[in-house]
Amino acid sequence: MADVNRGNRPLSPHIAIYRPQMTSASSIMVRITGISLLFFALLVVWWLLAAATSETAFAFIDGLLTSWFGGLLLTLGVWALWYHTLGRLRHVIFDFGYGLDVNVAETLGKGMFIGATVLTVLTLIVV
Amino acid sequence: MVQLTLPKNSRITTGKTWPKPEGATNLRKLQIYRWNPDDGQNPRVDTYFVDMDTCGPMVLDALIKIKNEIDPTLTFRRSCREGICGSCAMNIDGINTLACIYGMDEIKGDVKIYPLPHMPVVKDLIPDLTHFYAQHASIMPWLETKTNRPAKEWKQSIEDRKKLDGLYECVMCASCSTSCPSYWWNGDRYLGPAALLHAYRWIIDSRDEATGERLDELEDPFKLYRCHTIMNCAKTCPKGLNPAKAIAQIKKLMVERAV
Repeated sequence: MADVNRGNRPLSPHIAIYRPQMTSASSIMVRITGISLLFFALLVVWWLLAAATSETAFAFIDGLLTSWFGGLLLTLGVWALWYHTLGRLRHVIFDFGYGLDVNVAETLGKGMFIGATVLTVLTLIVV
Repeated sequence: MVQLTLPKNSRITTGKTWPKPEGATNLRKLQIYRWNPDDGQNPRVDTYFVDMDTCGPMVLDALIKIKNEIDPTLTFRRSCREGICGSCAMNIDGINTLACIYGMDEIKGDVKIYPLPHMPVVKDLIPDLTHFYAQHASIMPWLETKTNRPAKEWKQSIEDRKKLDGLYECVMCASCSTSCPSYWWNGDRYLGPAALLHAYRWIIDSRDEATGERLDELEDPFKLYRCHTIMNCAKTCPKGLNPAKAIAQIKKLMVERAV
């Protein structure tokens, strides 16, 4: 098969043509929320550092966080925290060998989105 | 590594629209990935129209009809036409499945057909499965024994034989592995759901005497542990098997022998 073109073979399309799946969507969201939580942790550190630095530095970051934009950001952060927690919880269940049927895994995935939203609303009411 | 966009030579262009068959009233539109290794062009998506009144019910029937009546250059693998050989695995309507057992009536709207995702393309709908098969071979897909050969056959109780149900049915069509995002990004080193399901099939075979070696071989951050229990594999398997569950069992055995 010396005449076969091996060098220039194209890569078949993947993520762009694959139908969105609850299985992979709920999984990648665990990662996305995990990474974004690092960003929120840094925000909190900034807030604490500013409180220890000077009044103007604190006023700046506190003003930012208590503005409507800061509120929106922190709400997303709370949602990410809940989603990530639920996602990790599902992973523990998986690791014990449970919930590995497709319909159960998908229900748990949906539950993570709904659960995180409900828990975020509850958190906002309580805090 | 994660790369969301396709390499330059793999970007898809708009292809040819083939003429509609004359006098047909019950037309279905198919959009099919094409790539010819000999013309130096990028892949393209061609549009075909098939008269469903004179076509069999399955996607493979439509592909064969196109090849017979419209465009003989359309290239795809097929053999048994009843879901047992695994040859005609492809991405149909956004999911990986076997064209021979997937009905045209299960698809709403245009029928979009691509080769199995994130694989090198040999031609049109034919992916290069060399690496996939090599990974399967690497898990020693055969019975390994150390004790003396019995006079007749290696016997197995009915209960032990039952443990192989849901595993032995795999036809190695590669639908699961090529549906797995983890396999897309790390397929060079991660074995993927198909090879791992086969690995588990031999690990739990009561007659096999190389369980320890098999687990040793899989104890690797990439070979086994790139499985993040995403479960696209189980979702897409045309045979209704669950590779994710098999992989979870391997992970459990790893922990059990360590503690």
